[in-house]
Amino acid sequence: MFMNLQGPWDPLFGRLPMLLDLQYNNPWIMFAFALVVLGGGTVVAALTYYKLWGWLWRDWLTTVDHKKIGIMYIIIGLVMLFRGFFEAAMIRTHQAMAVGPDSPGILGAAHGYLTPFHISEIFTVHGTLMILLAVTPILVGFMNLIVPLQIGARDMAYPFLNAVGLWLTAMAAGLCMVSLFVGSFSHAGWVGLTPLTELDHSPGVGVDYWIWILQISSIASTVGAVNLIATMLKMRAPGMSLMRMPIFSWTAMGTNIIALTSFPLLTVAIALLTLDRYVGTHFFTADGGGNFMMYTNLFWLWGHPEVYFVVLPAFGFISEIIPTFSEKPLFNHTSMIFATMMIAGVSWLVWLHHFFIMGSGPQVNTFFSIATMLVGIPTGVKVFNWAFTMFRGRVRLETPMLWALGSVLLLIGGGMTGMMLAIPAINYVSHNSVFVVAHFHNMFLIIAFAIFGAVTYWWPKAFGFYLDEKLGKIFFWLFWGGSVFVFVPMYALGFLGMTRRLDYIAHPSWWPLLMLEVVGIALYAASVAAFVLQVYVSIRDREKNRVRTSDAWETSRSLEWATHCPPPFYNFGATPIVHSNDEWAWRREHRLTTLKPENYSDTHMPKNTAVPIVLGFFVGLFSIAAVWRVWWVMGLCVIGMIATLIFRAFQKDVDYVIPADEMEAMEREKLDQIDHRAQDSAQQTGEMGEPEIDGHAHG
Amino acid sequence: MSTDLSRVADPGSIKLYTTEPDHHDPITLRSIGFWLYMMSDIMIFAGLFAAHGVYGDAYGTSKITAAQVIDPISALFPTLFLFSSVLFFGLAGVALKNNDRKEVLRWMTAAFVVGLVFVLQEIWEFVKLAQEGAVPQASAFLSDFWTIVWAHGLHVIVGLIWMAVVLIQVLRDGFTEAVVGRFLNLRIFWFFQAVVWVFVYTFVYLMGVS
Repeated sequence: MFMNLQGPWDPLFGRLPMLLDLQYNNPWIMFAFALVVLGGGTVVAALTYYKLWGWLWRDWLTTVDHKKIGIMYIIIGLVMLFRGFFEAAMIRTHQAMAVGPDSPGILGAAHGYLTPFHISEIFTVHGTLMILLAVTPILVGFMNLIVPLQIGARDMAYPFLNAVGLWLTAMAAGLCMVSLFVGSFSHAGWVGLTPLTELDHSPGVGVDYWIWILQISSIASTVGAVNLIATMLKMRAPGMSLMRMPIFSWTAMGTNIIALTSFPLLTVAIALLTLDRYVGTHFFTADGGGNFMMYTNLFWLWGHPEVYFVVLPAFGFISEIIPTFSEKPLFNHTSMIFATMMIAGVSWLVWLHHFFIMGSGPQVNTFFSIATMLVGIPTGVKVFNWAFTMFRGRVRLETPMLWALGSVLLLIGGGMTGMMLAIPAINYVSHNSVFVVAHFHNMFLIIAFAIFGAVTYWWPKAFGFYLDEKLGKIFFWLFWGGSVFVFVPMYALGFLGMTRRLDYIAHPSWWPLLMLEVVGIALYAASVAAFVLQVYVSIRDREKNRVRTSDAWETSRSLEWATHCPPPFYNFGATPIVHSNDEWAWRREHRLTTLKPENYSDTHMPKNTAVPIVLGFFVGLFSIAAVWRVWWVMGLCVIGMIATLIFRAFQKDVDYVIPADEMEAMEREKLDQIDHRAQDSAQQTGEMGEPEIDGHAHG
Repeated sequence: MSTDLSRVADPGSIKLYTTEPDHHDPITLRSIGFWLYMMSDIMIFAGLFAAHGVYGDAYGTSKITAAQVIDPISALFPTLFLFSSVLFFGLAGVALKNNDRKEVLRWMTAAFVVGLVFVLQEIWEFVKLAQEGAVPQASAFLSDFWTIVWAHGLHVIVGLIWMAVVLIQVLRDGFTEAVVGRFLNLRIFWFFQAVVWVFVYTFVYLMGVS
């Protein structure tokens, strides 16, 4: 229909007959396939053996509980992060092998072990997946998990919508996994440079996979943003004014305002590209009046705000961890809020710095250069606030604090190189060099460090036991070493003039630096092993590592620590009343750490529902049918989606009430377990926290 | 900032928890979310209008110009239909305030029918265009013209489906909380389509031929 497709197409199977011609002789894909089959098979077998399917369906797949949804988001993100790491390792080792004309080539490649098309696919999927399917789901997962607890809410504003967002994200991740084995992936870079992504230049299904992954995760993020903003505006506990909202929630607010306004632009950019590829319009083509710089503008209009979308929650993690482990309130809560919102605002004024070399003229470039440098001001405010928080605090270098400190140090390096790249004159020589690649990986490492800090920090809250401290420190130092060894040489290579996305390195003198990067990758691989081991050991020794009270770190400050670890599905037995910026710290300092309210009341809770996962199923099937252009399946799926939504609109039995006495019984059981330990703990922390009452609480 | 202990006479008297039911009015909560969604929808149209600034006269090698395919006079009729539909839905809103179910149903049906006429007339207009060869594949300008009008058209179609659902629910269930919430959100959505059409008519139709 509409387009002249290369290769076979028939009305019943679409482009699927193309698969018959494909060669499955690539050992790397077979290796990945074996890994996925083995991993997936193990999970399925385990679920069947322990008869857990019913539990999985009832407790997880149909849940609308924001904590479970958050955890599932984070699991999706971590699995994708693992896959993204594999791709990074392949790129690094391939480049180190393919140096100079005499370098050997195996598996059909002239140099190294990956053919040019294959490595193009790999760096494209690495970028797409790391940003949209690894970092974004993990951050959205944390926002889901923590924000309602931090603001003292029972659940999100729209629990149903929350589950819809999760299942859309899961479908995007699933599509990315399908593309690994069925057909191919885009080879045009994660930014999808037009007109290379047009059908004339990329006739395969790869770009279509990339399109639908972006489109679905973009819609999921928009949906999630609506939910989180509404939650923070309407669901805060009594006494929590907006200015008393904890910093992580504020960064979530900034992030979701960015998401709400910028993801629709990605939707537009991708939708127009979709029309070009499916209908034959001329938006971004080289002919017919198309303008491919329009795509670049629209893409980065989303793309740059997206950078701040991912970095702000990371700043939020740091801002929660540093005060806890400095045993002091965050320095200047108010200025932190303004800095967050300033970063969110400025994020809209800088998109053109991704293509200074477009040639918009000195005036335009100057504007965007200055706007870009302005970002340094609020970010600097944040760095100083963190530094002053630690100043004269009792700094405890536990694992989350190490991650937070690493993150701040990386921010200084990444920020400096960012200032360099903000200068158009420098950008003209460094554009598309690996200096830029090193810079933005440096920035994303800030997020990765903050994420692992957050994982360690909130793990006891979410699961009720600690992660192993010793292995956590090993994990940290290996990861830090990997980061240094991979990206410091990469900065140097950028200065030497190495461009990005190379499948062959013509300059033999760069080989030593490339080998150093491989050392870094080896350290990263070891760090992944340490992390997996850490999680395994911690789960194995969970009884020994039980959290004793609600306050796992004993110096935590915000409201999520005012409920059990793990929090019950209703979050709080009764809604807490907020008296301070750092409510839990305030209660601890005043010896008011009881979790037992005077009385309980009837509580409304949403019922679990299978509608979101059914909707997700139709969306996933729709996108696979769209990739392979099976029009009739697409049509049926659209009807299915509309029918599912209408079905939901007619569902009346969507919530239930927990009676007060039942709530009391459930709470009493939990309180009995921790009560005497809580007493002990309050005495202990009372000793530690005493001087803070007069000293710093006024800050 | 944090409350000072010295200002609290008796720390034991501080109220830490409340059992009063949450004061979240469900309809307000739904509305605020819908306003937020509308904001993201505005950004979709903002992106499309920004694109229109580039593609408004990007004809490529095509000989079809904007003046040949755009007729603001004939587009006035769908404009009037859409506005009447919005007016009728507004009157249904007035009837809702008076708690008059029959009147609500009457005005909603009128809004639905006139909205449907708007869509049908647009389909008819564009079928004519296609027959004349002004298909979206002909040039970037035509791609843009079709896309921007039908992005709006798609919204109207979604609104119509939604209106049919609310119509049935008002008929069956009356003014329950869920139904009224849906009705009010649809009203926001429906008014918004008229606002977007004002922009489409101004920027695409009127400025397209000037």
